[in-house]
Amino acid sequence: MTDSPKNNPKELPALPSSFSLVSTLGVVAMISGLLVVLVYEYTKPIIAENQRLATERAIFKVLPQASSRLTFKVSQESIKLVDDKTKGELIYAGYDRHDELVGVALNAAGQGYQDIVKLLYGYVPATGCITGYDVLKSTETPGFGTKITTDAAFLANFDCLEATVDQEQNGLINVIKTVRHGTKKNPWEIDAISGSTITSNAVGRMFNQSGQKLHPLIAGHLSLLQSAKSLKRDSHGQPN
Amino acid sequence: MANPTKKETPITMDVFTAGLWKENPVFVMMLGLCPVLAVTNSVENSLAMGLASIFVLVCSNALVSALRNFIPKQVRITTYIIIIATFVTLVDYIIQAISLDLYNKLGAFIQLIVVNCLILGRAEAYASKNSFGKSVISSLGMGLGFTLALVMLGGVRELLGAGQFLGYQVFSTNFQPWVVMILPPGGFIVLGSWLLLINYIEQRKTGKLIAEDLASHCSVNQH
Repeated sequence: MTDSPKNNPKELPALPSSFSLVSTLGVVAMISGLLVVLVYEYTKPIIAENQRLATERAIFKVLPQASSRLTFKVSQESIKLVDDKTKGELIYAGYDRHDELVGVALNAAGQGYQDIVKLLYGYVPATGCITGYDVLKSTETPGFGTKITTDAAFLANFDCLEATVDQEQNGLINVIKTVRHGTKKNPWEIDAISGSTITSNAVGRMFNQSGQKLHPLIAGHLSLLQSAKSLKRDSHGQPN
Repeated sequence: MANPTKKETPITMDVFTAGLWKENPVFVMMLGLCPVLAVTNSVENSLAMGLASIFVLVCSNALVSALRNFIPKQVRITTYIIIIATFVTLVDYIIQAISLDLYNKLGAFIQLIVVNCLILGRAEAYASKNSFGKSVISSLGMGLGFTLALVMLGGVRELLGAGQFLGYQVFSTNFQPWVVMILPPGGFIVLGSWLLLINYIEQRKTGKLIAEDLASHCSVNQH
């Protein structure tokens, strides 16, 4: 609030110079910048490690048979083996103790009731099944939207949700979709949670979107994914 | 700018305790109600939001108080907002470093501490007029009072809405959770109920004091 001179018009407060105003804001902004940079630099590796651990945990949750994993970067028409620090659209291939490919963990995201819901799900190219998922980020309504992680009947949809690629490797044979609770007839349909239809539909939409894009690409590069682990082991000279 | 000739009152216990109950930011001043209603669906979220708010409140008020004689009135609100935004950014990074799960649960409400009127209100009404020590003590009391209110709401909502307290199951599996309690209407219901109870107790206390006062007056007159 500015000083009002109405009580005593003769005593006008001296206005500070523009330099004083600018320098005050400048100094405060510099202190602010310094503090933010210091804390950012200190917490950056810790946050990166937390994110790596969260991803690692999610990968082995959706691919429980896997004992090791490799990271691949997906671009327009190709899949390339990369390290964990690479930016971009990443997929994770899981391998058992004999370096056999057991499945691929893929990211999916879609608009839920409150905000974007992000999932990591397991896909087994050999069977064409989606076998489970882990919620990476969700702000859905507690008791309703959050049921996608707790409702046993809903989770049973993902014992083997069919997501098989067509012969031309252009997309999925059948569109994955969420159907009204109790009306599921086909293995590519998801039986919605009663009272949580918006989030259930979001799950179906994001699986279909991700599946249509990534599953054909995985099918086209299956030999690379299957051999990558053993090739990497050989190149590092590790014993069998 | 603060008047340097004005004599500072000493730091008393009241400076600290006022924010806890007598001037509680939520139950008495009704400030910062947006996070109070939004994040109190569990005790864990309430505690995390309360601690984050204490950090921002204490640090920003300390800095505002320390710089109060150098900040021209014309740019004081801008300066306070820069200071508050700085500490909110810091607490945002710190929570991400402590727990990503917690960070995801609290969502945008951590960043929204910037616009919590409690923090700007205390900077303008108290820290800019009082000494560093008093500002820190007072903001600590206010922050703890705010956290106490959040936990009081979160505790009831988690208990009735999920049958749990701090994630531990309190009621048996036969208990049917009142889902409404962890939804936004639950926040209003529980806040309203607490306000009703607290005002009822306060009014009874005031009524009792008046009655005692009247009784003593009557007895004096009789004699």
